[in-house]
Amino acid sequence: MFSFCTDPSTLPDWQWMACYLTTTKHMSLYWSVFTVLFLLAVTAPAALAFGFAGASAARSKIMPVSWLGKGYIAIVRGVPDIAFFLFFVIALDQAIEYLRHRALCPDWSEPVRQGNDFVVCQAAKMPLGNAPQWVHESYGFTLAVVTFAIVFGAFAANVLFGAMRAVPHAQLETAEAYGMSPRQTFWRVLVPQMWVYALPGLSNLWMVLIKATPLLFLLGVEDLVYWARELGGIKTPRFTEYPHGDWRMWYFLALLVFYLLFTRASEVALDRLMTRLSHGQATTAGEAQRKAAA
Amino acid sequence: MTCFDTIQAYGLRAIGVGERRLPREDFTLCEQFTLIGSGMIWNIYFGLLALCAGFFLATAVALGKTSSNRWLRKPSEWFIFVFRGSPLFIQFFFAYFFFLQLKAPLPVFDVFTAAWAGALVVLFFNTSAYTGEIFYGALQSIPKGEVEAADAYGLSGWSRFRRVIWPTMLRLAWPGYTNEAIFLFHATTLVFFSAFPVRGQRGDALYYANYFADKTFNPFIPYPILAFYFILLTLLVIGLFGLVNRRLNRHLPQGARTRLRVKPNLIR
Repeated sequence: MFSFCTDPSTLPDWQWMACYLTTTKHMSLYWSVFTVLFLLAVTAPAALAFGFAGASAARSKIMPVSWLGKGYIAIVRGVPDIAFFLFFVIALDQAIEYLRHRALCPDWSEPVRQGNDFVVCQAAKMPLGNAPQWVHESYGFTLAVVTFAIVFGAFAANVLFGAMRAVPHAQLETAEAYGMSPRQTFWRVLVPQMWVYALPGLSNLWMVLIKATPLLFLLGVEDLVYWARELGGIKTPRFTEYPHGDWRMWYFLALLVFYLLFTRASEVALDRLMTRLSHGQATTAGEAQRKAAA
Repeated sequence: MTCFDTIQAYGLRAIGVGERRLPREDFTLCEQFTLIGSGMIWNIYFGLLALCAGFFLATAVALGKTSSNRWLRKPSEWFIFVFRGSPLFIQFFFAYFFFLQLKAPLPVFDVFTAAWAGALVVLFFNTSAYTGEIFYGALQSIPKGEVEAADAYGLSGWSRFRRVIWPTMLRLAWPGYTNEAIFLFHATTLVFFSAFPVRGQRGDALYYANYFADKTFNPFIPYPILAFYFILLTLLVIGLFGLVNRRLNRHLPQGARTRLRVKPNLIR
């Protein structure tokens, strides 16, 4: 990285550190921060969409749909999330391969599950055996995103379901009195008003989502935890120009501080957003703002 | 092997009693139920001890955070901030490597590199911080009148805390505390998936569920079994906490009693 980095063993401490922290592997570590941010950027809206669908289903007048929505919320929340992560990654993968198997190899007669094996034809493998490395990686990442979205969708569904019920009932009755159909009432009255009730729950969920990102490591994605373990381990002079002892503790301390700063910054930003959204609303916070201004 | 034999062989496998070799092929449903159930011993051990010990530290931390003395308030605030603001998963990793470093100069810390002690310490601090925040919120919302009434009766200091403030705090915090307890039991599944090593294949329920899923390449049996056990545990926790909730609210008029509404939310 720097011009003086040619022979690290002769450098003074601070230059050694500067060179050490800018090796190619460390660059991968810094890039993995973007992996985490990217995951958050994709998962948050996806989870919100799942949550919206789940909450709308749970409110449905049609019984089976309502059960489906409520079941989704209850099951995902009653069982440890990490179990779901481990489950969905394999389950989704097998479901995709099974469907492809059915579509692509119709004349295959053997069962897919043979004892302890899951056998599909070559053409149904996902990703294909001869696919380049990046396809494998992005497939793994996509599975991780979908898994996160399913699990956090249930949490979001719970929050949105509560928020939909918190909208004053008089508002819905008024809409009905004006002759709006249930669909119109839902989209024009209920949905615009529910956000202010949902925001405290959703901001909580955002914090939880941030704190769940290290679990990416368990799903086989090369994230911050992976690199911290990799780079922090003992390095001997035989394999690297930058030998050092077991520094994993310091790497994880850095991660801890990173996450603390991240959650703290989010907290401040979300507080501001809440202040903005409460403006002019018929809630305690909105009322307090009105009084302060008057 | 009949199912009864299997239970004898593997029922306490998670703590190292019974058959040493785990089943390797032709896994029966009974084996999966038994081993995953035996793994629950660890989840209950971690959850129960952390919860019981954490209760006291949480009370102390909550009181510290309401204190007007900054030497008590600031450390409490930081304690809560650090443990609530960072992922539990990272806390486990950090603690493990921290104890590993300490082990070299101070051999006392050797026990903490094993999960049964090291992870317990992390869970203890973690739940103390979360519970501390819940208790702090409850302390803030104690009705002013109750404290004034206590003053009027001439109660002060310890007796006012013991007889008026503390019971009310518990009563107000109880629904939140129930969620925290459920949530803590869920969090115990992280222990053996972070840095803490599994010695002699003595793991928790998720460890065995994952073992079976890896071996059979079929996630649709072990994970639902795990879910079954956890739902059972959750219902048990709700039941026990519900009994305590009833006792805490017993002086209130029938209509004003708050039923325990459980919404196990959140993940760490």
